[in-house]
Amino acid sequence: MLVIRADLVDEIVAHARRDHPDEACGIIAGPEGTERPERFIPMLNAARSPTFYRFEDDEMNRVYREMDGADEWSVVIYHSHTATEAYPSRTDIAYASGPLADPRVHYVLVSTREDAQVNSTGHELRSFRVVDGVVTEEDVDVVESYMFSHTGADDVPDLA
Amino acid sequence: MAVTVSIPTILRTHTGGAKSVEAKGSTVAEVIDDLEARHGGIAGRLVNNGSLHRFVNIYVDDEDVRFAGGLDAPVGENSTVTILPAVAGGMR
Repeated sequence: MLVIRADLVDEIVAHARRDHPDEACGIIAGPEGTERPERFIPMLNAARSPTFYRFEDDEMNRVYREMDGADEWSVVIYHSHTATEAYPSRTDIAYASGPLADPRVHYVLVSTREDAQVNSTGHELRSFRVVDGVVTEEDVDVVESYMFSHTGADDVPDLA
Repeated sequence: MAVTVSIPTILRTHTGGAKSVEAKGSTVAEVIDDLEARHGGIAGRLVNNGSLHRFVNIYVDDEDVRFAGGLDAPVGENSTVTILPAVAGGMR
């Protein structure tokens, strides 16, 4: 399950709408070793495309260095699909199964298509784990704050 | 000649949790060989059939090695080598 603050969901959706019809992408960083998304980091889509996204090299380099320096990691990597459902494509799965892709990342997809299928998040927004090509959807619990949520270090799954 | 190598989260199990480690080498390939000798299991994640894995990005002092000779890209003294996953996708 992904537990995520409502203001971060709003940020993802706002970014996706802003960049529509191109795909939008970004990171929500959190304290390394936790499952707690805290810092919203919209990223440039170097592909500037309605069908593809790619983190831009220089920005990615800088952002990952900042996260390392702040003892953060990517809790969430999000991107939008602008004409199709919020479900990982073959390309999404291939990259998320790459040799350096961390299986502890929550991949959040949001669809900005016209006939979006709104769910309990108030948007067509879904979260997935991707491990070695296998996609597993997980529940998304949108909360106002993490004060009473179990997002601490005790809930981190062991790395297989 | 010591090079600082920045390690992505998934490979930190091989470096005892360290975010960056020292290595030696004057090319990216030599640095990877040295990393493998010190922290076994890393090279197989980076190199595929003798070239840089498609979903792996390596930067030498912030320059993508794909534009600088790939695994043969030179690594200077006191360089920083950054290893990151390629993050991308699309609707198809």
